[in-house]
Amino acid sequence: MNIVEASGLSKIHRMGEVSVAALQGVSLKVRSGEFVAVSGPSGSGKSTLLNLLGCLDTPTSGTYRLAGRDVSAMDDDALSEIRRDRIGFIFQSFNLIPQLSVVENIGLPLIYADVSASERRERARRLAETVGLAHRTAHRPAELSGGELQRVAIARALANDPVLILADEPTGNLDSRTGREIMALLQQLWRRGATLVVVTHEENIARQASRNIHLVDGRVERDTATAGAL
Amino acid sequence: MPFASTTRNVRLGLSSLAAHKLRSGLTTLGIVFGVASVICMLAIGEGLSYEAREQIKRLGSNNIILRSAKPPQEPGAGGAAMHRVLQYGLTYADVERIATVVPGVQVIVPTREIRKDVWFHGRRVDSTIVGTVPWYPSITNRRLLAGRFLTTLDMREAANVCVLSSALARELSGLWNPLHDMVKLGTEPYKVVGILESAGVGTGEGFEGLPQTERQVCIPLTAARLRFGELIVDQQAGSMSMERVELHGAIVRVSESDHVLKTAEVIESLLKSFHEKQDYEMIVPLQLLLEKERVKRLYNMVLGLMAAISLLVGGIGIMNIMLASVSERTSEIGIRRAVGAKRGDVLAQFLTETVLLSGFGGLVGILLGVGMPRLITRLTGMSTLVTAWSVLLAFGISALVGLIFGYYPARRAARMDPIVALRHE
Ligand SMILES: Nc1ncnc2c1ncn2[C@@H]1O[C@H](COP(=O)(O)OP(=O)(O)O)[C@@H](O)[C@H]1O
Ligand SMILES: [Mg+2]
Repeated sequence: MNIVEASGLSKIHRMGEVSVAALQGVSLKVRSGEFVAVSGPSGSGKSTLLNLLGCLDTPTSGTYRLAGRDVSAMDDDALSEIRRDRIGFIFQSFNLIPQLSVVENIGLPLIYADVSASERRERARRLAETVGLAHRTAHRPAELSGGELQRVAIARALANDPVLILADEPTGNLDSRTGREIMALLQQLWRRGATLVVVTHEENIARQASRNIHLVDGRVERDTATAGAL
Repeated sequence: MPFASTTRNVRLGLSSLAAHKLRSGLTTLGIVFGVASVICMLAIGEGLSYEAREQIKRLGSNNIILRSAKPPQEPGAGGAAMHRVLQYGLTYADVERIATVVPGVQVIVPTREIRKDVWFHGRRVDSTIVGTVPWYPSITNRRLLAGRFLTTLDMREAANVCVLSSALARELSGLWNPLHDMVKLGTEPYKVVGILESAGVGTGEGFEGLPQTERQVCIPLTAARLRFGELIVDQQAGSMSMERVELHGAIVRVSESDHVLKTAEVIESLLKSFHEKQDYEMIVPLQLLLEKERVKRLYNMVLGLMAAISLLVGGIGIMNIMLASVSERTSEIGIRRAVGAKRGDVLAQFLTETVLLSGFGGLVGILLGVGMPRLITRLTGMSTLVTAWSVLLAFGISALVGLIFGYYPARRAARMDPIVALRHE
C-alpha cells in the first residue's frame, strides 16, 4: 500500500516581489514500510517537500494523497487533524516546549486528540521507555543533552501511532556519535514496520535507508534503492 | 469547546501566568482599578439612593414643609431696628389660604415654637414648646406612647394641657411620673395628658431649619397664641431685638404623591403674592430625592468615566502583554500546530489566558472595590452600599475586557503560519 502518492508537487514561495520556486513538479510514491532518505544541496527544497508531505504546508500545484486520502484540497482544520492522527514530525532543532516536562512533551499530540490525562501520561511513559528515557520523564528540556532531546522528539512523533514519520535533518544538531545513536533508533522503528522519510545530507546516513532520493533545484534528480534495504 | 480542552486551557493559562508573576500582576492593575471604581461608583450611587429613601421616610414623601425664616436684613436699617419690631414668617392667614385655595391639600398642620424652660418638681429642662393641632402626630408619623394627644376640645378651650416628647418626659421624671401631673411652662401650669414618641417624620434629625423633637412639649395652638403671644423679645449683650412671628412652620400633606411638586409650586406662588420679603422657606422632600438622584447621576458619570478609562487602559495593557507573550511563544505555537492543534485550539488557549488574567485582576479589584467604599464612608461620612449585583457586574466586565482585548493577540497566535513559527528561535 502506498502511504505517499504525490504527483507534480510544486511550491512557489512568494516574498513580496520575489518568488522562489522551491519545488518544481515532484512526483513521489512511498510504500508502507519504506525508509526514504532525501538528500540534496542546501536550498534544493528538501524541507519544503517534507513540510508538504507532513501537511504543514499546501502545494502551489499538484496533488497529494496520504494513506489513500486526497489532502491537497483540505482546509486548515482538516490538515491539523491529519497531522494529529497520521503524521509524526522530528525536527533538526528538536522543537520541544521548554516549560513542559519530558512526559508532557511526549504526550502533547494526544492532548489535541482528546486523550484523557491519565492515559496520556501512561502512553508517554511507555514511549519514553521505548526511546530509552525512562529515567528522565520528569525532567525539563533544559536539563537534557542533545541526544536525549531528540529522543524525546522521536517519542513525541510516535505518540499518535502515525502512518508516516518525517524527520528533517534529525542529526544536524548532534555530534556524530549521538547522531549515529539517533539513526540507530530510527532504523529500529523502521524494522518494526514504520514508514520513514528522513532528510539528510550525510552520505552514511542516506546509505542506511532503503531508498535514496536526491533533490536538485526542486526536482528529483535521482531515486534509487539502496543496500540498506537489507 | 469541549470540557476537557477548557480545563486543559485553564491549566495551561494558569501555569503560563504563574511563570510571569510580576508581569502578570502589573498588567492587571488597570483592570483592578477599573473594577474597583465600578463597584465604588455603584456603592456611592446606592448609598445616595439609600440616604434619599431614608430622608423621604423621615420627612414624608407626600409632605411639603414650610418654615418661617428671618428675612435678610436691609442694609442701613441696623440702628433703627433696635426699637422696631421685626415682623416676618408664616401667618394664620397663609395656612387658611393654603387649606382652602390650593387643590389637592389633604391636611395642613401649623406649628408655633417657643423656647421655654419646663419645670417639674424642681427639675428644669430647656425645651421647645410646640403649639399645634390635634392631627400633628399622624402627619409626622409619631406614635403616642401614653395618655392622649390634644383634642379639638382642647383647641376650642385653649386648654392648659400638654403632651411631652418621650425624651423630655424621661429627663423630667425623677421620682414622679409626669403623666397626669402638672408641669410649668415658664410660669404657666399645664397638665400633662400624654407622652409622644420623640422622633418622627418631618423632624429635624440632620436637617437644618427643622425643629428638633427631642425635648418637645406640644400644647394647643390656641393656647400658645393666647398665653405666649406673638412677640419674641431677645435680649443679648445689651442690645434688644423684638420679633413678631405668627407661625414657625406648617406641614402640608398632599393627597396624591404625583401632585406633590405641582402643589408645591402653587403654594409657592400663593405665598409669594402675599409676602413681600422672602420670610419663609419651603422644603419639598420629594424634590430632595430628585436632587439626590441628580447628584447620583453626576457621580455615576464621573466615576463611570474613570472606570471606563481604567478598564480601557487595563485592556490595552493586557493586550500589550499578550502580544509580547504570543511573540515570545512563537515556536511553542508552531510546535502545537505541528502536532495537530487547530487554529481554534491556539485561539482558545491564549484567550483563556487573557480571561484568566483579567479575571484575576477583577477579583483583586472586587476586594479593593468592597473595601474602598468603607474608607469613603469613614472619611467623608457619605453613606455607601455595595450590592451583590454590582460585584457580579464588575466581575463580568473584567472578564469581558479580557475577551475583547485578548481576542486580537489570540487571533494573531492562531493565524501564524506553523512553518514560520517553527523556524522562529
Ligand atoms: N517560507 C519561505 N519563504 C520564502 N522562501 C522560502 C521559504 N522556505 C523556503 N524558501 C526557499 O525555498 C528554497 C528551498 O528551501 P528549503 O526547502 O528550505 O531547502 P532545503 O531544506 O533543501 O535547504 C530556498 O531557496 C529557500 O530560500
Ligand atoms: Mg532544510
